Order: sequence, then structure tokens, then C-alpha cells
Amino acid sequence: MLKILDSAVPVACWSCSVAHNDATLFCPHCSKIQPPPGGDFFSVFGLKPCLNLDLMGLEHEFHRLSRKLHPDRFARSGEHEREWSLADTALLNDAYRTLKDPIHRTEYLLKLHGAEIGEEHAGKDRRGQVDTSRVPADLLEEVFDLNMQLEEMRMARKIGEEDPALQVSLEQAKRKFDGLLDEVDDELRAEWKKWDEGDAGVRSGAQKTMVALLDRRRYLSNLVRDVTETLGA
Amino acid sequence: MAEGRVVGIDLGTTNSLVAYMQGEAPVVIPGVDGSNLVPSVVALDPIPADGSRPTVTVGNSARRVLIETPERVIYSVKRLMGRGLSEVQSELKFFPFQLADDVQEGEVPRIQLGELRFTPPEISAYILRQLKRNAERFFGAPVTQAVITVPAYFNDAQRQATKDAGRMAGLQVLRLVNEPTAAALAYGLDRAKEGTIAVYDLGGGTFDISILKLRDGIFEVQSTNGDTHLGGDDIDNLLLTIALDEIHAEHGVDLRKHPGAVQAVRKAAIEAKIRLSTEAAAQFDIELPNGDRYQREIPRAVFEQLIEPILERTAGPCKQAIADAGITPAQIDEVVMVGGSTRIPAVRQLVDDLFHLSARGKKPHINLNPDEVVALGAAVQADILAGTSKSTEEMLLLDVTPLSLGIEALGGTVARIIQRNSTIPASATEHFTTGVDGQTNVAIHVVQGERELAADCRSLARFDLKGIPPMSAGLPRIEVRFLIDADGILQVSAREQRSGKAAQIEVKPTYGLTDEQVESMILESFDHAEEDFAARLLIEARNEAETILSAVERAPRSPAWAHLTNDERTAIGLARDYLIKAKKTEDSAAIREATLILDHATRRFAELMMEAAVTAAIRGKTMDAAGEELGDELTAPHPMAPAEFK
Repeated sequence: MLKILDSAVPVACWSCSVAHNDATLFCPHCSKIQPPPGGDFFSVFGLKPCLNLDLMGLEHEFHRLSRKLHPDRFARSGEHEREWSLADTALLNDAYRTLKDPIHRTEYLLKLHGAEIGEEHAGKDRRGQVDTSRVPADLLEEVFDLNMQLEEMRMARKIGEEDPALQVSLEQAKRKFDGLLDEVDDELRAEWKKWDEGDAGVRSGAQKTMVALLDRRRYLSNLVRDVTETLGA
Repeated sequence: MAEGRVVGIDLGTTNSLVAYMQGEAPVVIPGVDGSNLVPSVVALDPIPADGSRPTVTVGNSARRVLIETPERVIYSVKRLMGRGLSEVQSELKFFPFQLADDVQEGEVPRIQLGELRFTPPEISAYILRQLKRNAERFFGAPVTQAVITVPAYFNDAQRQATKDAGRMAGLQVLRLVNEPTAAALAYGLDRAKEGTIAVYDLGGGTFDISILKLRDGIFEVQSTNGDTHLGGDDIDNLLLTIALDEIHAEHGVDLRKHPGAVQAVRKAAIEAKIRLSTEAAAQFDIELPNGDRYQREIPRAVFEQLIEPILERTAGPCKQAIADAGITPAQIDEVVMVGGSTRIPAVRQLVDDLFHLSARGKKPHINLNPDEVVALGAAVQADILAGTSKSTEEMLLLDVTPLSLGIEALGGTVARIIQRNSTIPASATEHFTTGVDGQTNVAIHVVQGERELAADCRSLARFDLKGIPPMSAGLPRIEVRFLIDADGILQVSAREQRSGKAAQIEVKPTYGLTDEQVESMILESFDHAEEDFAARLLIEARNEAETILSAVERAPRSPAWAHLTNDERTAIGLARDYLIKAKKTEDSAAIREATLILDHATRRFAELMMEAAVTAAIRGKTMDAAGEELGDELTAPHPMAPAEFK
């Protein structure tokens, strides 16, 4: 029986038969492309899971790997290599898209560590369905007022009326919530540092804080989106 | 190298081109008439006396019969690619061709062309076959692999239809490349360009805007947007409608009842549009059946006012693309202009305004030939794929999917699984389960678009996951992987995780041909091509020679002949004798060269005949009468008209 040293499982290269761990895109022995590896998005770039990322370095690595993996490089190769190039490049692109965006990166990392985030929101958070149970307590009153104003604005629009006072008030609200979003982002960044540098205990605390912050952030950004849409309509 | 060359093809709404990489520079391959542009026009010749299947002609010769026999000709077929019945119906309002009368909802619409019926991919396949032949003639060797360009904003069905057309024409389509991205490749090839560029591509029928970052030979698309229903055609139709309405109102003549006359006025409208790009005014002067003349001057200012609503429709996509790229107009270093419609000064002005160019001391980049740059870029991409050339080995194109991919969720809403402007290939994995005990099928509806309700998005396909082991409701866990490949086309795979069984997927594209249908539509001729390629070239060359010779034989009977000078007639005679001699040899290249010489010698004659045909069509002469007056040359399957309206 093979002894498993890492989380990665050793497999034999399809081309040269030399064994390597399955988290690699290319055989270290013969450099041939391999089927999609089993690791996470970070390992695609040879990174350990972390939240503070050097984005320039990430882009550089993305370009370097794209040059080697892209289906354009395998247009005249055999069927298997073409298939793997497609799958590997899809993985690379999915990984890059997720990691280069700070929020997606945070959500992804937390999910890797078992947190449940925003699943039930995906594609379902729709205007006019504000779930009061999810409203952050400190914002309850303001959100209630804002929703009233949004409704008024939509009604006024419907009958073709302009309400300059309401317009100004909504713009103020938008600025305020934009500011709150920035605050959340700053707090998140502070937690990144804790997570990246802390021990297990610090990490688990940071994790909880970030899950809550992401919830708050999602709520705020939906709100800002609604206001922007209503103002722009 | 075991495999042949890979060519790059621009399959355009108005014109199509084929190009290849000659050393370090892409070059367009001319057609048999010496012209780089092959009009995307397909005509069905009359049924031969023996009742065999009529031949299909493509390009200039097909365009010439458009005025004579509009019911046997089809153009702008790209607008119909990958579209459903109702879309095609609304599209056809502006075109002389008609749907086959037995078309059913849910199948790929077929167009009636003379006695026969064709799907849009089949029509496109004829154009592709012509380009393939042009390339084969040029190289003297078979060509079987190609890169074909599509509008960036083409959806899955339109892309699949284009790939199907390639297959029918005997071409292995190595890659579909987005037109603006192809243009960017041609733009960035010969200079060490770095920075952010926008490509504004307003063609005959489609509009695209793409924003790219160029760095170290990597062309990374940041965002793309567009309208697959916006282009020069819309301007032509607008001018045409105005002219027809005015003729009706002022002269009491309803030309709409005469398709040939409509085409003649359309030609005049296109010519007026083109003149207005360089001149201050253009004139319509058309003699009507009742002897009246419709005379109308269109000053450029009036023209610009008329087309403003059309041009304004490009502004929204531009702004959205800039926003999606997460930049401001000031961060765009250059705007590259592509497509024939960007010759219109008002278009350049609009772009200047949209991207704040003058304010930053810049101008739109108009140095590339807007008709050819997409084909040249396709040739660059073909060279990258062939992987055999030093000049492109450092280049790589990273493109994006123009539209979000989603699945219909409960209540008809869309759950987005791949966002628009994601770099492709891109993938997403979703899990599904059953709602009823013992259920063995799960239906999935995939849509493409940005709207919140599935009904407002474009239906892409319905999948049936079959063979799920019977279990209690909610217990099966079916993992479905959606993958958008490098061509922008969706692939789906699935497996049931608890049983480990690969679920069987039955893909039913909402709009599209099945594999079997495509197989049955493969154009007969290319098949046994390769073993007797030289023989085929010789036969083709002789056929072309025969066609033009018989047209020249009949020429003196045409009234247009009398308008030629003695020198012109002598030149035609000499070229004819030369071709007759060449035709007796086995040298296909020599025969083609002689054919080309005769074609050039007869060019003015062809123009004179074309003018006569236009007049005849508007004056409402019957086709037979016009035919008698002109001789039969108009249906001669050889391009004798110039490639461009000048």
C-alpha cells in the first residue's frame, strides 16, 4: 500500500510513468501536462491558503501558467492532452478569478475551512424580499426608513413624478451605506492579518468575525445596489 | 509538418475573407477574381435541364443575380445564424428571402432558395467552402483546418451554428475567435504594445466592444459587450425605407411589390451611404416605371441626423464594458476601429466623445484596414494554434465569455453560475437532487443572459439527467459540471455521487442542429478531395475558364457591348484567345491566370451590364424581357463585377 505523505495522492504520470503527487499540473520528470490536480485554488499557484496576497505576483503566475496550459498550446495534440489542457485551464481561470477578488478570496478560504457562507443567498437575494431577520441590529431603524423611501421613490417614478427632496435623501443614504461598506472592508483586512499570522485559536476567532462581516457586507451591498438602481431608473 | 496550414477566416455579414500567416505577417488570400473580399452572398443557379441538383455560386457572381432573381439569392445570412423561428421571422421583414412554408417551431428554420430549402449554417457552409477553395487554389494544396471569427457577443447557439457550418464545409474548426479580439491580435502583432485598448467593431450586422490589456504578448480581454443586431445593414434599411416611402408618396409607385426593384434601390442606398463618408452630400436619381424620376439629395448633416439613433445604440454597450472592466475612459490608451461602418465620420466622432479622446489629445486608431483586420487577426490566431512559427510563439489570447450562464431555479428565477466576462475556459459545479421518491430523471434548464427571470434570458439548452438510481426524494446528489470551452461553447457532464454512477445526459439545444443533422448536411464535394487534389484543381480551373468563355461568347449580343471602345473589345478578344490556348494545357495555375486576365479585361463590360440591370429592375421590366435585352450573362457563374461598391 502506498504511504500517503501529503494530502496529495501519488499518481503515475500518463506519459513517463514516474510517480508524482496529484497536486501538480505538469509531470516534474517529463514536463507533460497532467489531468486536473486535486488540490485547492491556492495550490494551483503553489500557495498556502492565505488572505493577504501579492496580486502582481498572482497575475504574473497566472500569465506564466496560462502560456503553458492554454488549449491554444494543444490545438494539434492528442485527444487526452487537449482535454486536460481544457480542464486544467478552466481550473486555473476559476482559481485566478476567485483569488484576485478580495471578497471572493475570503469567502473561498473560509468555505475551505468549513464555514457556511452566503450559500442560501446565491441567485436568490432579490429586491423587495428584505428578510428582516438578517438585518444587522444596529441598522434596523435606518434600513426600515430606507425601504420606505425606496418604495415611495418607485411609486413616484411609476406615475411620472419627481421628488427632489426624496432624491437628495436617498443619495445621502447611499453615501452613508457606501461608507459603512468601506468600514467593513477595513475590518475584514484587519482580520486577514490575524488569520494569516495567528495560531489556531486566533484563526478560529478571526474566522467567526469574518463570517459575520461578510454577512453584513452582503447585506449592505445589496442595499446599495437597490438604491443605485432606484436612483438610476 | 504532417498537417497542412491553418487559415484564418472572417465569416462576415457583408463580406468574408480568408487569410494566412506569410512568415511574420498575416496576408489576405485573394479570390479567383483577384479581390480580397468575397461578398457573403449565395445564389442558387437554375435547375439544369437534366434535372440534377443545381449548383450554388458564392460572392460577386451571386450578388449580381440579386437584382435579377432575388428569390434565388440570400445575403446577410449571419443575422439568422443560431436563431429561433420567431427571431428569424422578425428579421426577414427587411430581406427579400422567405422561410420555407413547412418550418415548425423548435426546429432550425430553413430558407426557401429557388426550389430548395437551406438552414442558415448550410448557407454559411457554402461561403466557407468558397474561401476554402480560394485558399487551396492559392497554396495548391488541401486546406482542412481553420480558425473562424464570430462577433464577441454571439451566444452559444450562434457559435455552435458557426462551428457546424465549418464542419459542413469540410473544415475542422480549431478555434472560434471573437472578432474584436482578432482585430486586437493584428493590431498588437508588429509592435511591442503594452497598455489598455478598446476595440470598437461596427460591421455590417453586428456591433462589439472589447477592452483588452496587452502585456508581454498576452492579450487579456477584460470585458466585452455588444449587440448582435446592429450594424451597417440597419443604416441601409433606413435609407431604403425612406426612399421607398417617398417614391410611393410622391410618385404613387409602390416598388415594394417588386423585389428586384427593392434590391436596386437598396444598392443605390448603399452607394449613397458610402459616398457620404467622404462627400458633403449624395444623390438618389432613379428612373421609375411610370417615366418619373425620383431625385433626392441627402446632405451629410441630414444623414447624420437620420442615423444618430442607430449609432447611439453603441454607446450603452461601450459604457457597460468600461464599467465591467473596472476602469474609466481615461485609462484607455487607444481605441482601435474595426468594421466598414467605422468609416462613417459620425461614428468616429461618437467614439471620440465616448472615450474622451480629443480631450486627451488622442484620435481613434483608424490605420488598420477595417475590412481586413479581423481576417488578419484570425490568421495570427491560426498561426498561434499551429504552433510552428517563431513570430507568434510568445503570443497568447485570453478571452472571456460575453454573457452570464445560469440555470433556471424554482419560481423561474435565474441562479447565475458563471458570470459574464469570466476568462474562458471557465467552469462551475452545481449539485442537484430529486423532489419525489424514486425519481430517476432531473430536468435542468440552462440560460444565457443578464436578466433575473429565465423567461427573459436566452434559453440555451434543456438537459435531462437520466438513470439516477431510485432513492428517497432529496437523497441523490448529482454533481453537474458546466464548462465553457475556449470557443465560448458550453459542455456539460454529470455524475451521481452516492452511487458513483455517471448520469446520462441528453442535451437538447434549444436552437440548433443535432450531430446527425450536421453530418447529413456536409457538402458533398470536399470528401474524396485529397487523393486527387491536383485533378480537382484542374477541373475547377477549366470549369471557371469555360464559364467566362461562354459569357464572353454571348457578350456581343448585349447592348452594353456597343458602349465599349474598340480598344476594350480588342483587349477582350486577345484575352479570350489566350485563355482558350491555356485551357488546352494541364496547367491549372496557367489556366487560372489566363481566366483572371480575361476577367479584368471584361470588368467594365460587367459594370455596364450591372447598371443596365439596375435600371431594368426599377423600371419594372419583366425578368425575361430584361434578360433578353441583356443577354444571359447575368446568371453566368463567374464574378465579373467589381468586389466593392465604389
